[in-house]
Amino acid sequence: MTAQLLEVERLSKRFGGFIALDDINLAITAGERVGLIGPNGSGKSTLVNCVCGTLVNEAGSVRFEGRDLAGHSAHQRTRLGMARSFQLPRPFASMTVADNLRVPLLYTVNARRRVLSEADIAKRCEELLTLVSLAHRSRHLPRDLTQVDMRKLELARAMATEPKLLIADEAMAGLSSAEVNDIVALLIRLNESGITVILIEHIMRAVMSFSQRLVVLVSGRKIADGRPDDVMRDAEVERAYLGQ
Amino acid sequence: MNSAIRSGRFALECILVAAAVFAGARAIGNDYVFFAGYTVLQFVVLATAWNILGGYTGYVNFGTAAFFALGAYATVFFHKFYPLPVPVLVAIGAAVSGLVGLGMGYLTLRLRGAFFAIATLALAVVLQTLVVNWNYVGGSRGAYVIRPAEVPGLSLPYIQYLFLIMLALAVIAIATARSIERSKLGYGFATIRDDELAAEASGVPTLRLKLIATTLSGALMGMAGAPFPYYIGYLQPSSAFALEYAVNSIAMPMIGGTTSWIGPLVGALLMGTLQQVTTVTISSAVNLLIVGLLLVGFVIIAPNGLVGLARRASSQR
Repeated sequence: MTAQLLEVERLSKRFGGFIALDDINLAITAGERVGLIGPNGSGKSTLVNCVCGTLVNEAGSVRFEGRDLAGHSAHQRTRLGMARSFQLPRPFASMTVADNLRVPLLYTVNARRRVLSEADIAKRCEELLTLVSLAHRSRHLPRDLTQVDMRKLELARAMATEPKLLIADEAMAGLSSAEVNDIVALLIRLNESGITVILIEHIMRAVMSFSQRLVVLVSGRKIADGRPDDVMRDAEVERAYLGQ
Repeated sequence: MNSAIRSGRFALECILVAAAVFAGARAIGNDYVFFAGYTVLQFVVLATAWNILGGYTGYVNFGTAAFFALGAYATVFFHKFYPLPVPVLVAIGAAVSGLVGLGMGYLTLRLRGAFFAIATLALAVVLQTLVVNWNYVGGSRGAYVIRPAEVPGLSLPYIQYLFLIMLALAVIAIATARSIERSKLGYGFATIRDDELAAEASGVPTLRLKLIATTLSGALMGMAGAPFPYYIGYLQPSSAFALEYAVNSIAMPMIGGTTSWIGPLVGALLMGTLQQVTTVTISSAVNLLIVGLLLVGFVIIAPNGLVGLARRASSQR
C-alpha cells in the first residue's frame, strides 16, 4: 500500500527527434495542491497528456493509486478518477451547457457505481452549474458563452466525473484578476472537499496563492520541486524564468 | 424504463404508418407503385443507416455501395447454394455486412476526416474486385436470380411481398436511429462528432462506440441489399456497387439534415421520389445530375438540411 495518489516514474516522451519530456519523476500525495509551472514549450501539457492517456509515453511509468496505467486508454483513466480540463476549452459544440455535463455523468459516474436516475442527473448538472455560477446558461450552446464561462464549463465538466485527481491545465488564461480569484477559491474549495488538484498556470499570483508545493519544468526536465517560496528562490528557476 | 416505453410507442406508430402506406399502395392497385416505392424505401433504409455513422458520429462513409452489395451478394450466394426465405436472407445480409462493418471499423477508425472517407471508398473497390473475380456468384457476367412465382404461405404478388419487406426494414431502421438518438449511446455518438479528445476525457469509450456505429450502420445497409437480387432479377457487380448508392446515401441525409432521424427520412422520400419521377418523365441518366446539384446547393445554402431550415424558421417566429 502506498499513500501516493499519482506516481510518475522516469517518464520520457519524444516527438521525432525532439525530446519533450526527459526522465520525469513526480509523486503526488492524496489531498495535495500542487502547482506545475514552466516556460512555454517546457512540456507541461505533454506531461498532462501522458498522465491522462491522450499521448502514449515511450519510457517510464505512470501509477495511479498504485495501479500501473500502461495500456489504459484516456476514458479508462477518467473512470479510475483522473480528470483534466483542456488548455483551450473543448466543449461539445452541438450540445447545450447542461448536456455537456450530462456526458461525464452518463459515461463516467454511471460506469463506476449505481446508475443515476434521470432526475439525479438533472439535479447533479444543476448543482455543478451553480458551483461554477453558470446555472443561468444551462440551456445555451457553448458558442454563446464568453471565454470565462467556457473555462468554467471546462472545469465543471471535469468535476462532473467526480475525480480523485483534478488536473487544471491553464484554467485561468485570459481571465481578469477577480475571475482568477474566483477560480482559485473554487479550486481550493474542491481541494478541501478531498480532491487532489494539480494546477498548471502562468499567472504566478494564482499559482503562489494556490500551491502547497511547486514543480518546475524547463525544456522537458524537472528542475525544481518543493515549497513554493523555496522553489522561487532557486537559482536555476530564476535563470530559466529571467535569463542570465 | 420510461424511454423504453417511449421507443416502443414510437415503433408502434411507425408500424401503423407503414400499414397505412401499404394499404394505400394496394388501393392504387398499380404494380408500378410497388416497384417505385420499393426503391424509395430502400433509400430510406440506406440514408438512415448512413446517418447513424455519418450524421451521429461524423465519420463520412463513401462505401455504402459495398455494404449494400454484400447483402445482395449474400442473397445471390444462398440462392444458388441453398434457397432460403427472404426474411432469413435479410438477417444473413445484416450479419455479413455488420461483420464487415466491424472489421472495417477496426482497420480504419484510427483515421479521421478525409482519410477515413478514402479508406471506405477503397473498401468498396476491393470488395467489388473480389466479387468480379468470384465465379460462383456470377463474376463480372452477373447472376440471374429468378424470383419464385409466388410467396409461400401468403397470397401476395411477389413485388408486393418485397415492398412489404422493405417497408418493414424502413421501420426497423428508423426506430433504431430514433432510439439511439434519445439514448446514452446518442450522447456518446454526438461527443465523438464534436470532439473525440474531450469525449475520452469525459469517460466516453470512443473506439467502442465508433465500432458500434460502423457495425449497426453496415448491418442496416446489408439488410437493404439482401432482397435486391429478387427485385432486380439480374445482378451484376456494376449495378450492386453502383455509385448512386454511395452518392444518394450521403446526399439524402445532407439534404434532409444529419442530426436527427427525420432528416434522412425526409431527404430519402423527397430525393427518391424526385428520382423516380425524373426517370419516368425525363431520363434515368439525369438522376445523379439532379442529386449532385441539389447536394451542392444544400451544402452551401442550408448546411443543416431541411430540418435545420425548419428549426431556424420556427425559432425565429
